[in-house]
Amino acid sequence: MSSFMLISSRDPFECGDTENFYRLAVDLKTGGSDVTLFLVQNGVLPARDGAENLALRQVVHSGVRVVADEFSLRERAVGRSELADGIAAVSLERVVDALAAGAKTIWH
Amino acid sequence: MSNPKTLAFAIMDPPFESARSTTFFRLLEIAAGRGYNLNVFAYEGGVHLSFEQQKAHGNGVHGTDVETEHHPLPKIWVGEIIATAKKNGGAVNWVNCGLCADERGIDKVVEGVRRGGPADFWKLAAASDNSLVIGTR
Repeated sequence: MSSFMLISSRDPFECGDTENFYRLAVDLKTGGSDVTLFLVQNGVLPARDGAENLALRQVVHSGVRVVADEFSLRERAVGRSELADGIAAVSLERVVDALAAGAKTIWH
Repeated sequence: MSNPKTLAFAIMDPPFESARSTTFFRLLEIAAGRGYNLNVFAYEGGVHLSFEQQKAHGNGVHGTDVETEHHPLPKIWVGEIIATAKKNGGAVNWVNCGLCADERGIDKVVEGVRRGGPADFWKLAAASDNSLVIGTR
């Protein structure tokens, strides 16, 4: 099984292409790959419960592992308790783990 | 570490403009702390990251002097990444795109950074266990 680490650094409200990146995550998952969507920088903003980003919710429901960089969350005053269901706060170490494990890692 | 991983990174962002360069340094710091070997290819504005003539400054608007402002300088972070990797058994092979550096007048860089060309990124990636390209757009 192929493993993908997709790093999403942009807020979909400022960059419409971000939702295409979310769809890539879903398509890879549907195709049988192990996929993690790692939200970082302004990419963590739609992870807030209440941001109501339908495309990101679909990523969560597809079975893609969705995580948010805890440092980026702290920078933006987003608490762990404010994250939408299915999204966890994690360390950036997760990306280095994926690189070391050989996951195909893509930055957006 | 008996069999350290080797990771390649490409970065084209200059310092002081985007959170991407900050995240890039955070990734390098983690990997260097693990004793990994790091292959870095800095191109376009990314060649400014290791520019030796970066200078700290005070902030007249805030009324702070150099010491109080404690301005971060990426050239120092580059040196610290190299030192951290070495301390943990790894090594950093940092290549600045020579064309990009010449265009920008980046003629002095910190120790441990060398000139190269775009083909070097292919060589660095081929010699690595994995690669990450941090694209600007």
